[in-house]
Amino acid sequence: MSDLMNDLMNDDVVVRIEGLHKSFGHLDVIRGVDLDVRRGEVVVIFGRSGSGKSTVLRCVNFIEDPTQGTIEVAGIRLEGGHRTRRKRAQIRQLRLHVGMVFQQFNLFPNMTVLDNVLCAPRCAGRSSAEVTKRAKELLDRVGLADKAREHPIRLSGGQQQRVAIARALAMEPDVMLFDEPTSALDPELTGEVLSVMKTLSTDLHMTMMVVTHEMGFAREVADRMAFFHEGRILEEGTPQQLIEAPAHAETRAFLDAVL
Amino acid sequence: MSDTWERAQLASARVPFRFKVLVVWVVLFGVLAFLGNAAGFDVQWIRDNFRYILGGLRYTMVIAIAGIVLAIVLALLGALARISHNSVAYGIAGFYVSFFRGTPLIVQMFLLYLALPPVGRNLAEKYSWLPEGFDQALVLDAATAGTIALGLNYGAYMTEIFRSGIQSVAGGQGEAADALGMTYVQKMRKVVLPQAFRVVIPPTGNEFIAMMKDTALVSFLGVTVASAEVFRRSQLVGKADFKNLEAYVAAALVYWGLTVVFTFLQARLEKRIGRGYDRDHVARAMLAANEQGQPHGGGA
Repeated sequence: MSDLMNDLMNDDVVVRIEGLHKSFGHLDVIRGVDLDVRRGEVVVIFGRSGSGKSTVLRCVNFIEDPTQGTIEVAGIRLEGGHRTRRKRAQIRQLRLHVGMVFQQFNLFPNMTVLDNVLCAPRCAGRSSAEVTKRAKELLDRVGLADKAREHPIRLSGGQQQRVAIARALAMEPDVMLFDEPTSALDPELTGEVLSVMKTLSTDLHMTMMVVTHEMGFAREVADRMAFFHEGRILEEGTPQQLIEAPAHAETRAFLDAVL
Repeated sequence: MSDTWERAQLASARVPFRFKVLVVWVVLFGVLAFLGNAAGFDVQWIRDNFRYILGGLRYTMVIAIAGIVLAIVLALLGALARISHNSVAYGIAGFYVSFFRGTPLIVQMFLLYLALPPVGRNLAEKYSWLPEGFDQALVLDAATAGTIALGLNYGAYMTEIFRSGIQSVAGGQGEAADALGMTYVQKMRKVVLPQAFRVVIPPTGNEFIAMMKDTALVSFLGVTVASAEVFRRSQLVGKADFKNLEAYVAAALVYWGLTVVFTFLQARLEKRIGRGYDRDHVARAMLAANEQGQPHGGGA
């Protein structure tokens, strides 16, 4: 019985990356990446800067167009390469299933906190009363219900990043992408953001792909980790395997530097 | 000797800088007044004719406002085309900017006013399927041709201002809008343009001030006496009474006054906008946008 459950779980792949390549001009940043992320799974991606970890994340929702390879999110399967008109519409459909949180928060400074969260659902044409109620619930979840009417510039970095998480959740995505969510924060503010991210996993069983150097968070929350090196996944496994007993010298050297 | 000089410098240092500047200005005006008097400057003539010349302000302002509105529309379209991946739009906008920045404004005015009408005539002669009255369609009156030329010319310069303004916010903000699944139009209308407008308003004010002065060029097209703007009016009365000195000084004073007033308003506007949500960002972007403007540096 539990084997059957396991099989069902294993089949429920939310993000499937196959043969991903990405080059900027002559620079090959991603050189063949395959990765499956199952529903409810938290995958932490780490590696040196320039190893391609952020680029992989940005390829998942086509902020960067993959040069080659296939991305599949929530059953929408798209090839890399040139964007045709038809593909543009499909990309937009795919993005509605993906929430993204950026290193620099990228909140819209011309809107209030609440409007930031409401922006995407409104643009997708969802009804107003229900959407507003949900947006307030999300702000409450990240502990910022009282800041709804403020403008982002009045909030601290940690608060801004929590609003950005609420904004990304507003479309009820199947997967959340975090691109170094705490790297731009003062050290004393990283905790509040990481703890909100942790509750997404524990309370909502949210599927997450997280690019981060926070090994404490990885150890505690991640189901799986992937170490990126020169555009490829060099090593993949549970946090215990990768942090305690990395198989490759590069992984070991990197961990020695950040831990 | 050097002792006295030293004491004078120390004494001067105690006088406020602004006061000294004021004295310099007063002296300059005094010298000008003396020279004017020596040259037989007829103050009474200016008193008699200033009201008439000032009456042209109405037309000057109408031309400048219509011109800047046209320029803003063209600049917005041009800027969006310059950042798009559509080769047709990019190509057309590039041609537009290159031509109108690469040729003198006065040439463009004459092209519209005197060179277009024969084009309409010849085309109507050659192609009989063209609608009735096409031979007259490209005949513009002087003020209209001048206004359109101003709009086209300034629109080309402002395309670059708008482009850098949009690009200054487009990066991370555009990515965030994309990631939320917003369409191109939603992204531009709700996220990018509202922020870009804050950035481009001050340099657009500079362009408007510069354009007010360039409206004087319209008088070369020979606008009718009834709708003559400031410069044309001063030309007309100056020539009639052989009072060229007085007439052109009067015209210069009107433009100068106008520029001072609008530069003041512009500075206040800039301050208000700079107080916005992200001061450093707005300031940096305004600086970048300003560098893209008129080569003569706009107003002020």
